[in-house]
Amino acid sequence: MGTLLEVKDLHAGYGPTDVLRGVGFAVTEGGITTILGANGAGKTTLLRAVCGLVRRRGYVHFAGEAIESRVTEDIVRLGLAHVPDGRGTFTMLSTEENLRVGAITRRDRKAVEQDMARMYGYFPRLAERRAQQAGTLSGGEQQMLAIARALMLRPKLLVLDEPSFGLAPLVVQDIFRIMRTVNREEKVSILLVEQNARLALELADTAYLLETGQVALSGAAADLRNDETVRAAYLGY
Amino acid sequence: MEAFLHQLFSGLATGGIYAALALALVMIYQSTHHINFAQGEMAMFSTYLAWTFIDAGVPYWIAFVATVGVSFVLGVIIERVVVRPVEHAPVLSVVIVFIALLVILNSVAGWIYSYTIKTFPSPFEWEAVRNPYLAPHEIGTVGVTVVVLLLLYAFFRYTSLGLAMRAAAQNPVSSRLAGIRVGWMLALGWGLAAAIGAIAGMMIAPVVYLDPNMMSGIMLYAFAAALLGGIDNPIGAVIGGFVVGVVENLAGAYVVGTELKLTVALVLIIGVLLFKPSGLFGRRYVTRV
Repeated sequence: MGTLLEVKDLHAGYGPTDVLRGVGFAVTEGGITTILGANGAGKTTLLRAVCGLVRRRGYVHFAGEAIESRVTEDIVRLGLAHVPDGRGTFTMLSTEENLRVGAITRRDRKAVEQDMARMYGYFPRLAERRAQQAGTLSGGEQQMLAIARALMLRPKLLVLDEPSFGLAPLVVQDIFRIMRTVNREEKVSILLVEQNARLALELADTAYLLETGQVALSGAAADLRNDETVRAAYLGY
Repeated sequence: MEAFLHQLFSGLATGGIYAALALALVMIYQSTHHINFAQGEMAMFSTYLAWTFIDAGVPYWIAFVATVGVSFVLGVIIERVVVRPVEHAPVLSVVIVFIALLVILNSVAGWIYSYTIKTFPSPFEWEAVRNPYLAPHEIGTVGVTVVVLLLLYAFFRYTSLGLAMRAAAQNPVSSRLAGIRVGWMLALGWGLAAAIGAIAGMMIAPVVYLDPNMMSGIMLYAFAAALLGGIDNPIGAVIGGFVVGVVENLAGAYVVGTELKLTVALVLIIGVLLFKPSGLFGRRYVTRV
């Protein structure tokens, strides 16, 4: 299996301060990588640095191309879909228009319509809310919409920032089930940042533990699940 | 009664102009949260361009299309060259930039074309539609405004570029994450606003005549219209435009007299800001502090 996303010695931050200090990690093609860490460890900054939303320097290669100095719009067009924290809903647009925005760079109209139907298959709730203004959807529905919008890009890599944040356990289960399906059946690789370490480690094959802007620990997800420090600090048993 | 209806209809005709200009203001406000104070002078300048074409013997409608096209390009260039560098500047700096743009366009127009008032032709000189209620030019103006508004609606509602522009105005970060080139969408918005202004200028010039200060009064009504409808609501701005046009005309004819008509706009602006700052159709924003 090849490497889809490779990051080495990444520094990134806001203003004059660096939040990330030399982070390295990778996502294999078809794999699921998760980044764990406490609040303020730099998880969100890491995802933002990968897709060019914050100032960064270092080595970032995606799908064989150097992207560390590319602008966000171009990185996205290479097939990297980012579901931002806070979901990034276009609140004044309808549910359907939100999905169309996700596919706005695509020219294959027929396939877009098919994908739209596929998204409504994954998330029947969105089909019910098709014409509704997206800002009036519930938190769970907006999270589903954000994931569906990202998938409308037909990405090679799906980047998710805390998809379980603030959602009911049943909705979270649903979302994780769909991520697994998307990964297995559509061969979409996933980079997942998550506070819910137990769920994330169940889903992922590779895991990294971020502490104050540096990778403290990394390895196979199964190994991290059994690691004493991870268990004590992040899994709570 | 006939006189009243005449005032009402001609109010709708000028209201269409205010509606178009208010819409241009709203389009830029929605995406940048700035009021383009130079909107009127941009429209005035475009109208002079049209006059130049027509004066050189170009047929009216060809000059019309050419003016709209050139204005669009100029609008894009203004965004790229003048507005872009102050993108992150404090709001007062941006206001100063817009006012500078206003003064510069005004002076350059005066310098090139002189401050002498010029007549501007109307393409609507149909004898067949003479009637007591509406002059042919007023009917034409209403027609042109309605066509422009419908085209804009269709563009924003049904095209992929229109959707991208709406998305970029609402949520720039999410739009970039969908691959939309947000900077270009803003520039396109300026181009569209300039093009709409050009049309409004060409429609009003036969009425108010062409001179570098022709838009000052008109823009006051357009500001009033945009505020009345809700500065962030395009449909509200259009309705506001027609309402202001009618109110202005009726008040001028029956209440305050034509000399004091402009105060109607100021009263409307102050009234809206005092009693309903979000306008009739605007959204109210509540911020947690």
